[in-house]
Amino acid sequence: MTESLPLVSFYFFGAITVLAALAVITVKNPVHAALCLVLTFFSTACTWLLADAEFLAIALVLVYVGAVMVLFLFVVMMLDIDLVPLREGFVRAMPVGLVVAVVMLVEMLTLIGIRSMQIPAPTEPAAAAGLSNTAWLATALFSQFLLPFEVAALILTVAIIAAIPLTLRRRVGVKTQDPARQVMVTARERIRVVKMAAEKPAANTGAAP
Amino acid sequence: MPLSKTILLVIVLAPLFGAIVAGLFGRQIGRVGAHTITIAGVATSCALSFYVLYQLVWGGAPVFNQNVYEWFHIGNIGPHADISANIGFLIDRLTAMMMVVVTFVSLMVHVYTIGYMADDPGYQRFFSYIALFTFSMLMLVMSNNFLQLFFGWEAVGLVSYLLIGFWYTRPTAIFANLKAFIVNRVGDFGFLLGIGGVLFWFHSLDYAQVFANTLSPMGYSAKTIELFAGHPWHITTVICICLFIGAMGKSAQVPLHVWLPDSMEGPTPISALIHAATMVTAGIFMVARMSPLFELSDTALSFVLIIGATTALFTGLIGIVQNDIKRVVAYSTLSQLGYMTVALGVSAYAGGVYHLMTHAFFKALLFLGAGSVIIAMHHEQDMRYMGGLKKYMPITWITMWIGSLALAGAPGFAGFFSKDAIIEAVGESHRFGSGYAYFCVMIGVFVTALYSFRLLYMTFHGKERFVVETHHGHGHGAHDDHGHHQPGHLAHAPHESPWVVTVPLILLAIPSIFVGWPTIGPMLFEGWFGSSIRVAEANNVLGELASKFHGPLVMVLHGFAQPPFWIAVTGFAVATYVWLLNPGIADKAASALRPVYNLLYNKYWIDELYQTVFARGGVALGRGLWRGGDVAVIDGIAIDGSTALVSRVAATVRWLQSGYLYHYAFAMILGLIALLGGVWWVVNHAAS
Amino acid sequence: MITLAHFLTLGAILFCIAIAGIFINRKNVIVLLMAIELMLLAVNTNFVAFSRFLGDPSGQVFVFFILTVAAAESAIGLAILVVLFRNRATINVAEIDSLKG
Repeated sequence: MTESLPLVSFYFFGAITVLAALAVITVKNPVHAALCLVLTFFSTACTWLLADAEFLAIALVLVYVGAVMVLFLFVVMMLDIDLVPLREGFVRAMPVGLVVAVVMLVEMLTLIGIRSMQIPAPTEPAAAAGLSNTAWLATALFSQFLLPFEVAALILTVAIIAAIPLTLRRRVGVKTQDPARQVMVTARERIRVVKMAAEKPAANTGAAP
Repeated sequence: MPLSKTILLVIVLAPLFGAIVAGLFGRQIGRVGAHTITIAGVATSCALSFYVLYQLVWGGAPVFNQNVYEWFHIGNIGPHADISANIGFLIDRLTAMMMVVVTFVSLMVHVYTIGYMADDPGYQRFFSYIALFTFSMLMLVMSNNFLQLFFGWEAVGLVSYLLIGFWYTRPTAIFANLKAFIVNRVGDFGFLLGIGGVLFWFHSLDYAQVFANTLSPMGYSAKTIELFAGHPWHITTVICICLFIGAMGKSAQVPLHVWLPDSMEGPTPISALIHAATMVTAGIFMVARMSPLFELSDTALSFVLIIGATTALFTGLIGIVQNDIKRVVAYSTLSQLGYMTVALGVSAYAGGVYHLMTHAFFKALLFLGAGSVIIAMHHEQDMRYMGGLKKYMPITWITMWIGSLALAGAPGFAGFFSKDAIIEAVGESHRFGSGYAYFCVMIGVFVTALYSFRLLYMTFHGKERFVVETHHGHGHGAHDDHGHHQPGHLAHAPHESPWVVTVPLILLAIPSIFVGWPTIGPMLFEGWFGSSIRVAEANNVLGELASKFHGPLVMVLHGFAQPPFWIAVTGFAVATYVWLLNPGIADKAASALRPVYNLLYNKYWIDELYQTVFARGGVALGRGLWRGGDVAVIDGIAIDGSTALVSRVAATVRWLQSGYLYHYAFAMILGLIALLGGVWWVVNHAAS
Repeated sequence: MITLAHFLTLGAILFCIAIAGIFINRKNVIVLLMAIELMLLAVNTNFVAFSRFLGDPSGQVFVFFILTVAAAESAIGLAILVVLFRNRATINVAEIDSLKG
């Protein structure tokens, strides 16, 4: 039984992945869709674990689910979406989409050649090298792929910078303080010294000072 | 002593200079300046032309044939060397005679115009045009090559158009000048084909070379062309007929005669100059000049003969029933042109040209005289409202009698010599068509006498059919149309015209009487024209007549016994009886012979035929082509069609740009599927 | 046991679902972006599978980078979406057609 455990697990997690993916594209509520996508990622991560890609599985969960999907949810909830008209057109478009997807699937599967791919998995390469998967990956990443690694970091930086000016807006009518300008103020801009006599000449009626 | 190139250039260019100055600076130099400069130019040309004639005939100068300017030269165009286009002069006796005639008549007309157009606002323009005409005609006659001939040909046609439509605000004048130009154009089409033929087969445009080539042993003249398959024609026949078609247009032979009567819309001086003496004779001159070519084709000459005879008789018949004094003279001109053409057709070229010369004098006289009458009658031209004018205008009366006697061929007058010579030459000829021509010219003598004396009697004799109104305060009007006057009512009595009108009449009457005597012998029978005119021995009818010629006096006395004289006398008698002695008979005869009268009065309905068939047909064809070709095909298909096509294609392709993201994604997916399919196909079917 | 074909099939199915999602979904730009994430996930699965079966770390390294880029891209995609919503007040794909020809 233990020999077939991986296979059964694979089928189990695979099924969840597929069902969750289907749910993503079919549910009405975008929040539900986002949550289904989260489920998809989780189950895929499990699948990757079965493929001995431990680091990536966890990275998937941390990065994708933890950051990207959270971002999605932020946006979904920030936008005030009117749900009612969202369902129209669904039934009309479905047959064509279905047909196209099925055709594509059939093509890809024939290309893959299911029968000819019954190749057993060789020994896990990381174990063969005496390293954990993470170490094995790191070895390759920081030696052979160092430059792309740095470039990837640059891409992320650019993404941050880009996202900000895209969405930045100046609100009209908002009053703010500008400390820099406050500090730069000089006395002359605030006080005007005027020369005048200390007292006014008294009126002739001699009012008491 | 040879002729001087400078003198020849002055002869040609003096009138042109006058024309340009009067035309461009007319307003600055004023009326007197305009007529002075143009008359000075034409008078210079006239004097120098007489001098050139003197030099050639009595001074023993050789024939002058030189190019003065080379316009272009195309070399290496095939096996026959090259083409040159030059401006050059060929001055032989034929040319010199024409030059004298043209410049003299032009000078008379210029002087006459001072009086005739005195009150016309376009005075300077008129002088410019007639001087320009003189230049063009001189270029035509002095030319030594076909191209310059054609230039002069077209130029005189143009100036004729300008002058016929001189009073351009009148619709009838514009109709007439367009008609003249277009009918001339039809003739010019044939003329140009002829010139093209000459260039193609004789390989040159220069007269001397072409005439030399006609005698060439290379057998140019024997070549044939099949215009219609299976019927070869001699090229000389084709060329000569084509050239003659040009002459038919310019010299108003049937069926291209229709423009000449309408050209009477122009002022009378130009009727005298252009449509009597000079332009219409260009065709006659051209055929005479091309005699070496025409002599090679009997067929062409028969064609010329028959056309000329038809014109001589049938147009003269129309003249009998015309009521407008100028129209009568116009039809008379047509008839006399027919006589000249007949002379050319029987190879009596000298005779045709001789008649051209004498006719120029007396026809110009008749036109100018008619103009004098018209002035006196305050531009009333209908002879039915004239009559009895002889006591008011004696000089005009006498000179018109002289002109008419010359026209009718009264023995001793200039016209007698030339007409009789032609009639006898036709009698001598054995060419095909000469019998018909003889008949026509004989009857034509009767007809000529009839209409000539009819004109005289209706105008100058008999009862006065006009009324003089005694209006006070009606200023002596301008010579423009007093359309509001009732016909036959004059503001004041007619009187003789001023000296600027009558002196030219007298000056033209003198040669009408006397020019025949000294010239008949030398010009017709003693080879005066020399090498200018070439006649083949077999056709030399004038040579036959020469043997019977014993001097002008004998000819005159002999003439009293000849048939033409008696036919003319019969015509004179009938005319005298009908229009002088018993005027009522004319109307009775007209109503008795109503169909014949109508046929003649409507000019055989040839004008109507042309209008309906050619003019309207042309317009209909144009309109049809416009609708079917231009609008439907070019605008519809090519322009609007192509834009509509682009529009429709764009409208269809536009659907691809739906703006919807999922459509674009779908397109990408379809592309991907196709790509996958391709890969699959390659993987499974490619050679390993 | 698990063969390469299993993983590849899983990847193919996920990919096709995502494609269907792009085309079917007409009303929600957010779901569109999610479908794109699904596609990337499918590709990642393929890479991991090949990396495991060929013993080459390059596959997993590439997944690493895809993850990075996908994160960046979804950040910017969402930023654009936010601006779009500000201007159009709608995330209905069927209403975003101002580039219509």
